[in-house]
Amino acid sequence: MEFESIIGLEIHVELATKSKMFCACSTRFGEEPNTQTCPVCLGLPGSLPVANEKAIEYVIKSGLAVGCDISLYSVFHRKNYFYPDMPKNYQISQYDLPLCVNGHIDLDMEGYETRIGITRIHLEEDTGKLIHVGGAGRIAGAEYSLVDFNRAGVPLMEIVSEPDIRTPEEAKAYAQKLRSILLALGVSDVSMEKGSMRVDANVSIRPKGSTEFGVKTELKNLNSFRSLQRALAYEIERQKKAIEAGEVIVQETRHWDENKGVTSTLRTKEYAHDYRYFPDPDLVPMEFKSDWIEKLRAELPELPDERKQRFMKDYGLPAHDARLLTEDKPMGDFFEETIALYKGDPKFVSNWLLGDISYYLNTENLEIDETAITPRHLADLLRLIDQGVISGKIAKEIFPEIFETGKLPQVIVEEKGMTQISDESEISSIVDLVLQENPGAVKEYREGKERALGFLVGQVMRLTKGRANPQLVNRLLREKL
Amino acid sequence: MELYQMTIHELHEKLVAKEISAKEITESVFSRIDKVEDKVKAYLLITRDTAFEQAKDIDEKIAAGEKISPLAGIPAAIKDVMCTRGVRTTCGSKILENYVPVYTSTAVENLLREGIVMTGKTNMDEFAMGSSNENSRFFPTHNPWDLERVPGGSSGGSAAAVAADEAIFSLGSDTGGSIRQPAALCGVVGMKPTYGLVSRYGLIAFASSLDQIGPFTKDVTDCAIVLNYLIGHDPMDSTSVKIDKPDYTKALVGDLKGIRIGVPKELMAEGIDSQVKSVVENAIRILAENGALVAETSLPNLAYALSAYYIIAPAEASSNLARFDGVRYGYRVPDAEDLMDMYMRTRAEGFGDEVKRRIMLGTYALSAGYYEAYYGRAQKVRTLIINDFNRAFDEFDVLVSPTSPTTAFKIGERIADPLQMYLSDICTIPVNLAGIPGISVPCGMVDGLPVGLQIIGKSLGEEMVLRVAYNFEQLFGWKEKPNL
Amino acid sequence: MAISEKDVKHVAWLARLALTDEEVQKFTQQLDVILEHAGKIAELDVENVPPTSHAIPIRNVFREDEVGVCLAPEEALLNAPKKENQSFVVPRIV
Repeated sequence: MEFESIIGLEIHVELATKSKMFCACSTRFGEEPNTQTCPVCLGLPGSLPVANEKAIEYVIKSGLAVGCDISLYSVFHRKNYFYPDMPKNYQISQYDLPLCVNGHIDLDMEGYETRIGITRIHLEEDTGKLIHVGGAGRIAGAEYSLVDFNRAGVPLMEIVSEPDIRTPEEAKAYAQKLRSILLALGVSDVSMEKGSMRVDANVSIRPKGSTEFGVKTELKNLNSFRSLQRALAYEIERQKKAIEAGEVIVQETRHWDENKGVTSTLRTKEYAHDYRYFPDPDLVPMEFKSDWIEKLRAELPELPDERKQRFMKDYGLPAHDARLLTEDKPMGDFFEETIALYKGDPKFVSNWLLGDISYYLNTENLEIDETAITPRHLADLLRLIDQGVISGKIAKEIFPEIFETGKLPQVIVEEKGMTQISDESEISSIVDLVLQENPGAVKEYREGKERALGFLVGQVMRLTKGRANPQLVNRLLREKL
Repeated sequence: MELYQMTIHELHEKLVAKEISAKEITESVFSRIDKVEDKVKAYLLITRDTAFEQAKDIDEKIAAGEKISPLAGIPAAIKDVMCTRGVRTTCGSKILENYVPVYTSTAVENLLREGIVMTGKTNMDEFAMGSSNENSRFFPTHNPWDLERVPGGSSGGSAAAVAADEAIFSLGSDTGGSIRQPAALCGVVGMKPTYGLVSRYGLIAFASSLDQIGPFTKDVTDCAIVLNYLIGHDPMDSTSVKIDKPDYTKALVGDLKGIRIGVPKELMAEGIDSQVKSVVENAIRILAENGALVAETSLPNLAYALSAYYIIAPAEASSNLARFDGVRYGYRVPDAEDLMDMYMRTRAEGFGDEVKRRIMLGTYALSAGYYEAYYGRAQKVRTLIINDFNRAFDEFDVLVSPTSPTTAFKIGERIADPLQMYLSDICTIPVNLAGIPGISVPCGMVDGLPVGLQIIGKSLGEEMVLRVAYNFEQLFGWKEKPNL
Repeated sequence: MAISEKDVKHVAWLARLALTDEEVQKFTQQLDVILEHAGKIAELDVENVPPTSHAIPIRNVFREDEVGVCLAPEEALLNAPKKENQSFVVPRIV
């Protein structure tokens, strides 16, 4: 039987406000335990919350950026349940009157396009952090746990998608697109690694053509876009096999094990939660005027989709390049600043950014704005290539040093004597030497094996440490052969 | 006359005239505490040392020729529901038996800034849930008029402290009548201001949408003086109202002419003790004979106030009290097997029966399948009650009623019957639901026990309430004191 | 009956209150009486009545996004029943 999968994502994003959601404690990450707490975020008796206006503004801007309707009347509710990382044993959240509803994100899946609905975006407070002692640091098997409330009360935005996602690839693309939008807005640093973006996925499968929903499972511990995609692929396969084997899918929460590449039961919903939501009597309702919302809309920066269209139109970039460059705001900014300095072929800049530079960033796990390289470096480097001062190969060789030291390319080239050899007589004598030393290859070439030429070019490059002008080497070799 | 018997305004005059010192006032009040506290048991904690330090500060100010606040050097007792930095605050509960707050509530801070001398923290029903002080997890407070009787609750300790002259004034909190009912039963003045007028920051919450701090005083003038300093916008409390602070003592004008007073028949109906009723009717007659325009009126939905209250208040309480879990502060069972075991037994041992009843009641009223029938509906009934009051205040400046349906009852008399106990607040609860101000002033006696007259005003109508109360007090001229 | 012993047990569990069997019985009876009284509100027609959560018509109370002073960790942990490594200790969770 052919199945299709139904996926919905619940994404939590910590907002980049300076202070917490309902008190003035700092939101700084990675401080010593319990150094960023006060009576409010510790839930001390008698303390009261007062809402951070900036956080509300951030959520509304996020809603506007994904086409949501903004509620003119919105309320904070209490979500009641006991857990030791929650100081009050209720979370201030939103229930039936969230700040934003009915949005969407359009995905370009390179081959087809699809629209993923956004049910709602609401604002709540984050919980503290638990550290489990004993049992290898996992909750199961731990002897006891430590609670740090530094994170408790950090503003948390929850974005709930419609179950419109059909494949793990779409899920990944949706999450990445959302991240790029939030980055462009500057409302969060949206880092899955630091936990400021957390993705939970609901997934079920059904026979293709069916309109009913199957039983869904919820996947947790998805700590990267890659694990989101892998976990969904695994879980869909697991559900298929189970159904084909005549088993029943149980509604439950499952834990993704990144190392083993499997999901396993975390908890079944035998105790259906009863959160007893009710309007928080310590907070007052929010009423927004439409002209204020329109003012926020007017303040929205250029969003990734608009930027992508502009990159295609203004710079003649293919859709693929434009999408990748605009997914990440710092990358797009870097591209535009480089173009402004370099004034050369935008596609050349794009190739470098999406090729070697992205490869380096991925390997080193860095963002472009976390390295020493600036648009000036890239523009200079590309100009050196254009002017024939260095070859592309040399350029590739020196840019790790640019990343690490921030030295300008021409300085490195000069220091290392890496300028390209374009002197015809100098190259000619090396070509002669190579032809003498490699009679086999010469014979093969003359017998029609074009491949042998590449080998000979390589030998010339080896002897010149890559500095020989490749066009010149090619021409001289062909002449002499 | 002993200093401890005097009012704030009398003592202030003598302080300013340098006839007495703050130290002498403090000594007088503590000598009174030493004499009667064993019988009354108004205090959970007496802060004698800091009180004398505070008095010394005021005396130094006076000596230095500084102008002092009308509250400077005045000994005051604070209900143990308000957080006081470095001073144990229990809320009458075992679960907070050893809790020492790291901050002071805004209301107390406002008074400390004026230079009050804090005598200690007063006894109360656990988490302010009760009408007799019998729900204190430590000991019951006794009514100074009859030590076998309750002082009312939940601010029974604060009411008894003022009635027994163990403090010149005190602070209480009122969620369904917890200031006015004990004020009536102890024969003192007690006022619950408009919701939002006094900051709730640092007030350990019972029902957040109903709780309000207010004063117990010996007369209406003192009430106005304390109110002047107690109120004010607090950025730490989202429900705190922003108004220009009035001088409430200016409202104490000796004239009732043309003031329209309504008597809601629902608050004079069955359930009100006949002797209490006739004392209150007499008080109303005094008002009418002195220029007020008195008429009966009807607020039909008040009949549902108690029902709505016993859904809304427990619902909010069930959530507010979830934080007492043994993790960050308060009692924790010593031998918990795991987290769940710790939660279940810590709360079972830490809370008393009345608190458990209300937590369960509120949890039930909010739970899936019952929310609409109970909590959702009660909030709508609340709207109806507010509408009733609004209509009444179109016609009347104030409404009057008995504060409590009976005088002080015997300790133990109602403890086994929660509903009977809840009926003690039948006249005061509607005022909390509507968030409006109410005061109780002594208006006579039944069998040697005081009776209170409740005067209710419209939202932020404190001045009119105080004016009527002041006039009644002057006309009635009540000077009775308990014999301790 | 407005509430059963089964309801009381469930509600006590939701509220994290350990009850003995005798307590379940006692509380069921008491809560039943109270709920019956509270149930009186069912008589009223509230069809078109809006709910009131706050008796005061305050809206839009916000604070500026400014960082203030936090408690020193020793103050934060002052009343902790059990602490270790500047953190609150809780018994094993599962």
